[in-house]
Amino acid sequence: MGMTASFLILATLTLAGGVAAMTLRRLVHCALALAVSFAGLAALYVNLGAEFAGLAQLLVYVGAIAILIVFAILLTHSSETELQKVFSPAGVAGAVLALAVFAVLAWAVVGSGVVHSTASVAAPQTSMRDIGFALMQGYVLPLEVIALMLTAAMIGAVILAVRPTSGSEPAETQAPRNPELRA
Amino acid sequence: MTPLAGCLLVSSLLFSVGLAGALTRRNAILVLAGIELMLNAANLNFIAFWRFGPHPEFLTGFMFVIFSIAVAAAEAAVGLALILAIYRHARTSDVSEITEMKG
Repeated sequence: MGMTASFLILATLTLAGGVAAMTLRRLVHCALALAVSFAGLAALYVNLGAEFAGLAQLLVYVGAIAILIVFAILLTHSSETELQKVFSPAGVAGAVLALAVFAVLAWAVVGSGVVHSTASVAAPQTSMRDIGFALMQGYVLPLEVIALMLTAAMIGAVILAVRPTSGSEPAETQAPRNPELRA
Repeated sequence: MTPLAGCLLVSSLLFSVGLAGALTRRNAILVLAGIELMLNAANLNFIAFWRFGPHPEFLTGFMFVIFSIAVAAAEAAVGLALILAIYRHARTSDVSEITEMKG
């Protein structure tokens, strides 16, 4: 039982999108590549038989988070950066660390025996009906908690991002900070 | 190579790409994007273990992904709002120029 061609194509698309999002210079291109990567991952979920998760991924990541990132790029005027400002000074160390993490993860995966296990698994028969019943019965408390958390996060995001307009806030005028405090 | 191992390898590669981006990029928005990629890699692992695990009818990994996507949405909203607030304060979204709290 090997990997199907569709899985390989979607995995390549996802990884290429991720690499492009992390290496391109212009931030709008990065956001576009990120959306491609998220969409490829949603297609991977559908490919693996999790249609509802794929749809949620498409809605939340491609529809909301990618657009939110584009708006953040617009609002911070950082769509174009100079070439020397793309990567941080410690970039080489970070890349080496990421490579080491990948080596450890791949070593663990290859050494765990899942590469050679021959147990063929039939596709799980889950319908939307089952997912709905699970959400409304066994997982009803996590569902309520997540609803509360989303509300709190929304209020918090609005409070953080709203521009202070009253005259009592001196943050808008960019007052020079006390140099003694920065020592 | 079995499909489960393929999924796990793709997921670990995606995680490393996200980690490399989060550690090397200077723009705070792309650091957040790298963190989102790492989160997505973990979600792919959940789906893979749900699909190829012994009991896919329990929907555990599947539900974990649904809730994780919701948490990621909240995280992205708050994170981007924080980046906007920092940008208004410091006039930059470059993480290596924000050194106010450096000892």
